[in-house]
Amino acid sequence: MNKSKYDVAIIGGGHNGLTTACYLAKAGLKVVVVERHDYVGGAAVSRELHPGWTYSNCSYVCSLLRPEIFRDLELSKHGLQIIPYEGSASMLNDGRFYAHYQDHDLTYRSIAQFSKKDAEAYDRFGKDVMRQCKIIKPLLKMTPPDPTSFSPKDIMSLFEFAKYFAAKDELGGLGEKEIYDTIRFWTMSVRDYLEEYFESEIVKVHLAGSAIIGTALGPYSPGSAYVLLHHYMGEVDGTVGAWGYARGGMGSITKAMASSFKSKNGEIKAGSPVTKILIKNNKSYGLVLENGDEIYADKIVSNLDVKRTFLKVVEEKELPNDFYKAVKNFKIRGSSGKLNIALDDLPIWKSIPEGDPAGTGDLHITQNIEEMEGAYDDWKDGKWSQFPYVDMCIPSINDPTMAPQGKHYMSVFIQYVPYNLADGGWTEEKRLEFGKHVMGRIGNYSTNFNDIINHAEIRTPKELEAEVGLTEGNIFQGELTMDQLMFNRPVPGYAQYKTPIKNLYMCGSSTHPGGGVMGAPGANAAREILKDLNKKLSTHYI
Amino acid sequence: MNTEKISYKKPLLETPFHKRTSEHCYANDWYRWAGYKVAKEYSSTELEYTSMRNTAGVIDITPMHKYEIKGKDAKKFINKLITKNITNIQSNQVAYGIWCNEDGMVIDDGTIFCLNENHYRIFCAERNLNWFCDTATGFNVTIEDISSSIAALAFQGPLSCKILNLLKVENIENLKPFHFDNYKLENQNVTISRTGFSGDLGYEIWCDPSQAIDVWDSLFKFNRDYKVLAAGMNSLEMVRIEAGFIQPNADFMSAEQALRPNRMRNPYELGLGWLVNLDKEYFTGKQALIRHKEKGPEKKLVGLDVEGDKPAMGSVLYDNSKKNIAKEIGIVTAAMWSPVLKSNIAIGFVNKEYYKLGSNVYAEIYHPEELDYRKIWAECKVVKKQFFNNPRRNAIPAFI
Repeated sequence: MNKSKYDVAIIGGGHNGLTTACYLAKAGLKVVVVERHDYVGGAAVSRELHPGWTYSNCSYVCSLLRPEIFRDLELSKHGLQIIPYEGSASMLNDGRFYAHYQDHDLTYRSIAQFSKKDAEAYDRFGKDVMRQCKIIKPLLKMTPPDPTSFSPKDIMSLFEFAKYFAAKDELGGLGEKEIYDTIRFWTMSVRDYLEEYFESEIVKVHLAGSAIIGTALGPYSPGSAYVLLHHYMGEVDGTVGAWGYARGGMGSITKAMASSFKSKNGEIKAGSPVTKILIKNNKSYGLVLENGDEIYADKIVSNLDVKRTFLKVVEEKELPNDFYKAVKNFKIRGSSGKLNIALDDLPIWKSIPEGDPAGTGDLHITQNIEEMEGAYDDWKDGKWSQFPYVDMCIPSINDPTMAPQGKHYMSVFIQYVPYNLADGGWTEEKRLEFGKHVMGRIGNYSTNFNDIINHAEIRTPKELEAEVGLTEGNIFQGELTMDQLMFNRPVPGYAQYKTPIKNLYMCGSSTHPGGGVMGAPGANAAREILKDLNKKLSTHYI
Repeated sequence: MNTEKISYKKPLLETPFHKRTSEHCYANDWYRWAGYKVAKEYSSTELEYTSMRNTAGVIDITPMHKYEIKGKDAKKFINKLITKNITNIQSNQVAYGIWCNEDGMVIDDGTIFCLNENHYRIFCAERNLNWFCDTATGFNVTIEDISSSIAALAFQGPLSCKILNLLKVENIENLKPFHFDNYKLENQNVTISRTGFSGDLGYEIWCDPSQAIDVWDSLFKFNRDYKVLAAGMNSLEMVRIEAGFIQPNADFMSAEQALRPNRMRNPYELGLGWLVNLDKEYFTGKQALIRHKEKGPEKKLVGLDVEGDKPAMGSVLYDNSKKNIAKEIGIVTAAMWSPVLKSNIAIGFVNKEYYKLGSNVYAEIYHPEELDYRKIWAECKVVKKQFFNNPRRNAIPAFI
């Protein structure tokens, strides 16, 4: 049995684990990242699962990654580049398409084809959402204060929180009206929210997509408007709400992080599943690997979701009852599927002409909010959606590294797919049937799609869980609902990246500010750990 | 609505005058205005500007937003929308007005044409369809965006009336400022209003898009004697600053578009208090405007007569002649060297201690000079925004 000793051991080499690792290594600590797979990346991976094609086989587009982290970790130097989207579209059953472009005037005219009022309202909507993003942006970087604590640190931090709402000065502070708006936005359903701006169904459903991706909420569910906001608060080069492709697929992000980490003398132990966190007297001191090796460290950080951390690798008997119960009750429901498709040619859409930038970003086929809610109803009944919402894109149009010349790679994210099927659970046949069903739906909008499919990887929540380790395959490591956000994320009393076990921390998307390839939970966790170690680090983020 | 199928290869619309504007636009320098392509500069901004002060200039203003208001509550609707009272408006009269949100913050300004008791048109700089429709709730009124169904030219300058007269536009010299009527211009039925953005004698000509080219051509018919130029947006910007006209999203953020609430402005801050009639019965923003008026503006948009000859573009304004102890008290929103006044003029916000006419403030001007910046600390005198106001502007009959 091998035994080794580090300052910090991080369980899981996802983008947040690697972010934490990079900052801690930058501060001069001896850090090891222990990863189950032979490769790092978690849900931000690029994998050649079909010869010649690179699949971003889990997460597929990038916007939320904090630019300060990009800069601090020198991700450009380590090979990362983000390519901005050129447009996006929803294809209609009547042969038309609804599109957004980089060109604002063109987008206006595109929307005006459906409704002049909506074309104008889109600016109103954009302004109001942008305002909310401005409120939330500084909060992403903050460790949520404990509202029940009277410690000077928490009181100061609560004051900071409040300042963003109350201040009417240059801090981006907002008035009374905006506070009302914020509270409404964080609690409303996306359908109700969009209804206040738009009259055209296609406009509403195109925008509502961002509110249901990855979540077990429907467009009529209260709280879904926040999920839309969560997807809008990212940026590409200062354009807030913009999305882009990571050149080389999402794995480029974590590859660059791993390279940055190694350049700071960090160590990665790949192919090393952790079976147990060693705890004595309520203090963690090490890890046990599947092969029996033990790793000792002063601080242990888990990048796994909160359920996996405390229900799988920490022994129940080590946990306070209330905490254990709260973790068990944490909502982390699987609702998404994914197809990765190798195409022999570019799909010809019935509506979007070849070369139109609208066809190069995210594409959708849902016709109206009712259809979207219907897709959610199917999920509640334990079935995959008969008319699923798909968020599909063909990164290889803009990224020359994803597929062989003349061929293309298509990523199809699917909402909704249950973790458990009502009619007796997932089987291999059902998985294939599910994939066929989705491809059939997409095929209705193209004249050649069915003939150009070379290979397809079909993933249900079961596969997402089995490969990435996300409980139920929930892409956010837990629902993004108000009861599980900010000082309630992941569970009340433990929102500051600490756990009831001394020296054991959390850094994954189960913690504030939540999911998406953002890196903020990882960087925030690093800041808290450094504080506890009395280590100073001066970077753009920390 | 323009029903032309949209294509990403042509993101901008062309106005009905495009055939002509593109022929005249030797500089090939275009500006985006409400999704249309209009000339920024045709050949020389200086000469285009001069035409508007010396002879006449022609500006394609088709992209301006145009809304048709019809119905038996049309006047009531407008009285709820805008801050001034138009109860006594007559047919063929034009009113200038502003509209505010419930907080009394200015959304936009525009001209309101009264066709008859139950029929009005509003012309404005920003899109307002949603705001107008929101305001129309409960009124027997229809609101339609007719922007693309009317082609429009501004014909501005001291010879504008003379040329229209030579074109046999009957009795045009007796059209009063802020009035309009239907005329025959070279066999075309057009509407002409004595309005404009130049602060000089001038007209705006409104016609069906199908007549656009003929109307355009007629204005240049006497060019051998009286040289008329097509004028671009750059020269329009110059004449409007001289006239002291303010622009949403240039001098102030429209309350509908401002992201930061503290960027919104009330009419008193913009020097537009004269457009607010607090005696009128309920209108949007009235309660807030009563409070704003009582309180008095914290800052105000004023004219500035700036020392020297370097335009104070985007300058921060200070309170003291000594830079090292000076405090920030305002900002310049528009600035230029005025050829007609031979003065360095600017429009800007100053805090309340400084908005009295005759106050002195100081602008820090970063003047680019051969790849370097000269930092100039220029004294500015607070003056009326209306820098240029020639009597010919309002003379009746107009000069022919």
